[in-house]
Amino acid sequence: MSETMVKAEEVHKRFGQLEVLKGISLEVAPGEVMCLLGPSGSGKSTLLRCVNHLEKIHRGRIWVDGELVGYREDGGKLYELPESEITQHRAEVGMVFQRFNLFPHMTAIQNVIEAPIRVKKRPKREAIASGRELLQRVGLADKVDEYPARLSGGQQQRVAIARALAMEPKLMLFDEVTSALDPELVKEVLDVMRDLARLGMTMIVVTHEIGFARDVADQVVFMDEGVVVEEGAPSQVLDNPHEERTKRFLGLVLEH
Amino acid sequence: MATPTRTADEITRTEPPDEIQAVPVRHPGRWIAAAVVAVLIVALAHSVATNPRFEWGVVGDYLFSSRILKGLVVTIELTVVAMAIGIILGVVLALMRMSESALLSGASWVYIWLLRGTPVLVQILFWNFIAALYPTVGLGIPFGPSFIHLDANSLITPFVAAMLALGLNEGAYMSEIVRAGIISVEEGQTDAAQALGMARLQTMRRVVLPQAMRAIIPPTGYETISMLKTTSLVAFIGLADLLYSAQLIYSVNYKTIPLLITASIWYLAVTSVLSVGQYYIERHYGRGRAREAEPTLLERLRAGLFPRHADVKPLPEPPKMPEDHR
Ligand SMILES: Nc1ncnc2c1ncn2[C@@H]1O[C@H](COP(=O)(O)OP(=O)(O)OP(=O)(O)O)[C@@H](O)[C@H]1O
Ligand SMILES: [Mg+2]
Repeated sequence: MSETMVKAEEVHKRFGQLEVLKGISLEVAPGEVMCLLGPSGSGKSTLLRCVNHLEKIHRGRIWVDGELVGYREDGGKLYELPESEITQHRAEVGMVFQRFNLFPHMTAIQNVIEAPIRVKKRPKREAIASGRELLQRVGLADKVDEYPARLSGGQQQRVAIARALAMEPKLMLFDEVTSALDPELVKEVLDVMRDLARLGMTMIVVTHEIGFARDVADQVVFMDEGVVVEEGAPSQVLDNPHEERTKRFLGLVLEH
Repeated sequence: MATPTRTADEITRTEPPDEIQAVPVRHPGRWIAAAVVAVLIVALAHSVATNPRFEWGVVGDYLFSSRILKGLVVTIELTVVAMAIGIILGVVLALMRMSESALLSGASWVYIWLLRGTPVLVQILFWNFIAALYPTVGLGIPFGPSFIHLDANSLITPFVAAMLALGLNEGAYMSEIVRAGIISVEEGQTDAAQALGMARLQTMRRVVLPQAMRAIIPPTGYETISMLKTTSLVAFIGLADLLYSAQLIYSVNYKTIPLLITASIWYLAVTSVLSVGQYYIERHYGRGRAREAEPTLLERLRAGLFPRHADVKPLPEPPKMPEDHR
């Protein structure tokens, strides 16, 4: 394993004329949890999507576990990777979305085993066995054969986490995974994430749950308008922010 | 006067309220309209049954005659093959249209523009007379040697011409239906599949298309039914489908009306069967969406025929409390 799990260096990303990331540099060590905070539109989702190459970056470099994301560098030149290598990279990085994005035409277990069977070519029986185990681990042993439409938001999000874990990723990306949930369902999802962190999973978590960040994060990064405004230990960024923008944002979030 | 508050004990003892037996509201307008329609139906039925020129006996004679049945088979074959070509071509054209390559999407756009912009009858005639344009058809390397030479006149029979014209034309319409279906699937679905490491084709086949089907199937059903009827245009190139077979018969015996009725009965029968099939296919692709499984067609029919029994549900039972909670 490389010494840094994720390393971003001067990452720039544009959508048309709009520059969304303006030189982001980050490092996440293996087993570390990084919480990413910032106002709406600051580029948090975009940054996560760049890490597994769902979006292409325009400048800078991102490495995951020592490997350059999306490109091969040879003699000072960059070569785009073919699809087969990009998918292989993505298969090693789990991602969970704000709106769950479960496959609605598949049951919980079918959602979980789809990628292990299609991408990793695991035998179906084996995939089902470990898929059941994962669903049990997120507390859904009795919902294995249920379609997503018949599950609560919290249950759907836990299936989505199990689906990502089924690929045995070395890094997990969480994009505001509790923002679409009713308040009473937030805890069951955060608990699953706490467990994961305790078991040593490397995670980048975009969240507005300050309490969670304070408890679980090793590092907190505050972003605004495509730049990192402040970063450091949770006690420093959350409780003693230096920057005016950080203070203002935390004031707004903690009001709720 | 203040109403006395009831104790929990009293509440548990009360009987559930009686089922509602209200007198329904009258709708005089609806009754008048229904009466008018009923009179019209009776008058029409009377005339159809008693007007001798319908010649129902002749209809009965020809309904299962071998020439009509052979025509029916041609019509069905043509519908099935043309729709198969149309659907496959439609998927290909839709994927081309959404491709990042300007050449692919441009080619698809031109194809659709050309085939949707000209009458299908013209296209049928074109294919029928294709031999005038390309007397021989060869298989080989473009601008290089060719290996197989075929005479277009013998290769493009009227059936093949009709099949190609209808299928290629249908492809243009189907591509728009498929494209609309694919666009209707949330982008988050593609994100999730790709984040799991699924390749683009896998994502399309396993995640996007099955969901797009929900939007694709209903219009495809209408296209199939409309195709069944459009095949009757092949009479213009002398292909003995259902309609042309009927025409061939009445051109000799002059029983025009009964033979047109015979053909219509068969068209109606096949479209009815297609509609039922469509219903079940839609049900299949709706799985996982509706919170309750949808009723089958029979259950629906029953509910439609006896709406009172289906609609008026008894009031829900009041929650039961344990009798001996003390
Ligand atoms: N596919 C896209 N095309 C064009 N603009 C985009 C696209 N995706 C994001 N953007 C823009 O990029 C900016 C950053 O978006 P992003 O989703 O990364 O913000 P965010 O920090 O995740 O915000 P939120 O908290 O609302 O999720 C926004 O201005 C957004 O409108
Ligand atoms: Mg976001």
